[in-house]
Amino acid sequence: MTIKRHALLECNDLWKVYGHNPEGFLKAHNGAPTSDDLHAQNMVGAVRNANVKIYEGEIFVIMGLSGSGKSTLVRCLSRLIQPTAGELIFDGQDILSKSDKQLIEIRRKRMGMVFQHFALLPHLTVLQNAAFPLEVQGMSRDAREARAREVIELVGLKGREDYYPAQLSGGQQQRVGIARSLAVEPDLWFLDEPFSALDPLIRREMQDEFIRLQGMLKKTIVFITHDFDEAIRLADRIAVMRDGEIVQIASPEELVLHPADDYVAEFTRYVPRAKVLTLGSIIRPGPVEGEVAGTLNASDRVDMVADQVERSAKDFNILDDDGAIVGHIGRREIIDVLIGREVAA
Amino acid sequence: MSVSELDIKTPRQSTLAWLRSPWLFWGGLLVATWLISKFSFDIYRAFDARWIIRFPDAWQPDFETRISDFMDWLLQEAQVFGILFRDVTRGLAAVIEAPYDLVVGLLVDGVQRGQGNQAVQILPPLSWIGVIFAVTAIGHYTKSWSMAVLMAVCFSYLAVFGQWESAMMTLASVLIAVPIAAGGGLLLGVLAFRVAWVDKALRPILDLMQTVPVFAYLVPILFMFGFGPVSALVATIIYAMPPMIRVTIVALRGVPEELAELGRMVGCTPRQQMWKILVPSAKPTLMVGVNQVIMLTLNMVIIASMIGAGGLGYDVLTALRRLDIGGGVEAGLAIVVLAIALDRLSQAFSTRTVTQKAAQSKGSFLQRHRWSLLSILVIAVTGIMGLGSTWMQSYPDAAVLSTGQVWEDAIGYINVNYFDALEAMKNTLLMWFLLPLRQFFAGIPWGWGLVVTTLIGFRIGGFRLAALVFVLIGLIILTGLWGKAMTTVYLCGASVAIASIIGIPLGLLAASGATSNRVVGAFIDTLQTLPSFVYLIPVVMLFRVGDFSAMIAIVAYALAPAVRYAAHGIRSIDPQIIEAGIVSGCTRWQMMRRIKLPMIVPELLLGLNQTIMLALSMLVITALVGTRDLGQEVYIALTRANTGQGIVAGLAVAFIAITADRLLEASAKRMRKRMGLS
Ligand SMILES: Nc1ncnc2c1ncn2[C@@H]1O[C@H](COP(=O)(O)OP(=O)(O)OP(=O)(O)O)[C@@H](O)[C@H]1O
Ligand SMILES: [Mg+2]
Repeated sequence: MTIKRHALLECNDLWKVYGHNPEGFLKAHNGAPTSDDLHAQNMVGAVRNANVKIYEGEIFVIMGLSGSGKSTLVRCLSRLIQPTAGELIFDGQDILSKSDKQLIEIRRKRMGMVFQHFALLPHLTVLQNAAFPLEVQGMSRDAREARAREVIELVGLKGREDYYPAQLSGGQQQRVGIARSLAVEPDLWFLDEPFSALDPLIRREMQDEFIRLQGMLKKTIVFITHDFDEAIRLADRIAVMRDGEIVQIASPEELVLHPADDYVAEFTRYVPRAKVLTLGSIIRPGPVEGEVAGTLNASDRVDMVADQVERSAKDFNILDDDGAIVGHIGRREIIDVLIGREVAA
Repeated sequence: MSVSELDIKTPRQSTLAWLRSPWLFWGGLLVATWLISKFSFDIYRAFDARWIIRFPDAWQPDFETRISDFMDWLLQEAQVFGILFRDVTRGLAAVIEAPYDLVVGLLVDGVQRGQGNQAVQILPPLSWIGVIFAVTAIGHYTKSWSMAVLMAVCFSYLAVFGQWESAMMTLASVLIAVPIAAGGGLLLGVLAFRVAWVDKALRPILDLMQTVPVFAYLVPILFMFGFGPVSALVATIIYAMPPMIRVTIVALRGVPEELAELGRMVGCTPRQQMWKILVPSAKPTLMVGVNQVIMLTLNMVIIASMIGAGGLGYDVLTALRRLDIGGGVEAGLAIVVLAIALDRLSQAFSTRTVTQKAAQSKGSFLQRHRWSLLSILVIAVTGIMGLGSTWMQSYPDAAVLSTGQVWEDAIGYINVNYFDALEAMKNTLLMWFLLPLRQFFAGIPWGWGLVVTTLIGFRIGGFRLAALVFVLIGLIILTGLWGKAMTTVYLCGASVAIASIIGIPLGLLAASGATSNRVVGAFIDTLQTLPSFVYLIPVVMLFRVGDFSAMIAIVAYALAPAVRYAAHGIRSIDPQIIEAGIVSGCTRWQMMRRIKLPMIVPELLLGLNQTIMLALSMLVITALVGTRDLGQEVYIALTRANTGQGIVAGLAVAFIAITADRLLEASAKRMRKRMGLS
């Protein structure tokens, strides 16, 4: 991958415990209570010992079942809530030691967030909603409305500037939410289940929109979802959470190929593998013996080339990024993936 | 329920349990009280111990004089931070008086120069045509043409039927009291929301304010601010503010967490968070609070007129005193009309849709403000022309229609033709219900009263409640007001009983279907929109003064909560329980008797509680028709400006209210627990 590996946001040994005197509780267990400890004292370990690095320009997806601590983790990362213990570093600065004032400054200029239920202010028009973060900063009316018009156009809502949120459909409302979070040109963009409240068709449409936007903007993104299909469509890397713990952090393909445990495997079981696996992961070693149908790249996803390979009676050579032949595939490998047959390793 | 629980106990325990059985406790208490009440006079005779029925003067600490002295000291010498208390109240009065004078000038008096009789009018008040046009425009702005028509009709009514000046006077106090009460309530609510200790400090005060009837603080206010509109406004504001504080806290808490997070995420300062995010998002709920404040303010106009407010309330008050039927009904109807107009207007304002807002924010300056500009124009033109022709300035006297005679005649007709029937009804109720009840309560000696209430407190809420009840009732006894307190309990008790007998079936009816719900709901809404004392007018005219009239007025006023809570109780029963009943083959009657009624008892108790509170707060108004209870005591104190007497009697009512409130709340809680509802 071509991503520059500079961690924009990083958390180390992050804990968020709910209950009576959580700090004391953590101390009493040397900062690492087990599930039993938590249970015995009636504490909720909403986030347990999270270690995450979010690299500049990547889409980092956090997923897990309801109640697994996704929202809590993201709210710790954005410091909407105070972690019980741990370290939080944003762009090289320890953000936990910041004063409220400094924090306000960071949030105003460098972070944006999109909410599950849109969180639009009902008394403001689309334009005013989108301009709201800038208004809070004290920007002049003309300047902020000009900027708001830009982002509204960006999300495809031009012409609806004077509508009120109640006059918009769910999908349109979330477009406003996205426009608003983009108005300040944030470096770090949080999205907490932004499409979960939408019905499936609109949800897909919004995912496409999101991919289009990210293609233009190249933000660093932390994206929450409980929908694995959504996660693999969007993610560069996925963190899977269970009961407050991060079980695995990996690319979509790795998750499917090497799930860390049964919980992760359960998530990935019904995923259409063709959408996740790349050719590199299913090749047979060596070049094609006999007639060659053509060449394909190892980083191509199966579903992108399935039709082409299946139509051809002959096999294809597979090239790596440098153009060297790393192996070959034919109909059979593709069909194995498409019908979900386990391939003998 | 507990009887069947007892069946399974072992025999030895069950004898003990039988002693604790509710039937024995309540039955025994009732019988004992009845006997003691009936023979208390004979007992006193037999032992020649007058102290049994009358708490001896020598034992009374004379609270009245002490409180009067204290209040004198407060007003003459007390200092707060080095400033005379007197000056503080004067300052407050000035703050309220200045805008009030301005509004009264605008609506009623015009701009004047000079004092009293020498006053010369420089500018006339707004012309009646101008005012009607302006409110019509506001009606159109907030909702629709139909709202505009309603406003026009209501305000034209006031002009045509000769109530204009008084109505404008009342409107002026509403215009001052509502912003102060709503704004102050909002600020306090915001403060309580943000600062934990303010919330903690306010909560018990709000609880208390809810149980303390208005007139407990009428006399001290009168004393501090003197007889006049300022006192009336202060009392009104104090009365109307607590609900606004509550609504504000609830509304702010109800703002979705996501919106609060949005605020922090975009970097709002605490102030921006409050005023740009929380308050605007909570606005629909807040407007409900404002509507409540308006209705409470109108509710206060007659009580306020006892301490110096002019306007419609004063007209009703004087009419009642003179038994001027026609005048009373006319002024009363005018209040109703004003109440309806303001109620609908404020409701329309709070339910304005975004479509409307969007439509209204379009167009050029002239287009957007065409209505306000037009109103100003009409006001100016009619004002200038009014200088020449008086009918433009104020509605011509010659064209005033008076309905007074109509009402006199109607009442006369009813009295001539149905006198016997009405009289028979009144006498039957008096004979078989009110008088026996009155004798029962009047006969209870203070000592036994203290014992009984304390026992009840213990039974329902344990030691702490018993102690509270003992102290409160003991204080009433110490003030020497036991007799009057019992009259109060009797009058309220009788009214509440009748209100429940009428109200609960109505509530059940309302819950039984959509149509009946609409009809009963509309009926109850109307009852609640009407300011309390209008009930008094027709009743007095038909039944003349006395306990019976007072009771009917109280019943009419206090009916609503009984209906509401019963209906709400039925609706909130878990549908599965109803289905279980249907499946086990209950008939409709069995369903009501065996399933629904027992389930809603806690809800009914809460309704009963509200009914009692409303009944108690109606007392000072019914004092106008010559009752002999604590309300009368307050009323007398008001007319004599006797602070001590007023405060003591007001507190006594408050103590009764608090006792009833705590007892009922505790038993509702107990029942809920037993039924596993909470
Ligand atoms: N303020 C709180 N007090 C106590 N427990 C909390 C609090 N907030 C969250 N929790 C608990 O922390 C756990 C994680 O909650 P969180 O909201 O982060 O889950 P989630 O993964 O976002 O779920 P969902 O998909 O439903 O949004 C849950 O068990 C929840 O009950
Ligand atoms: Mg969540």
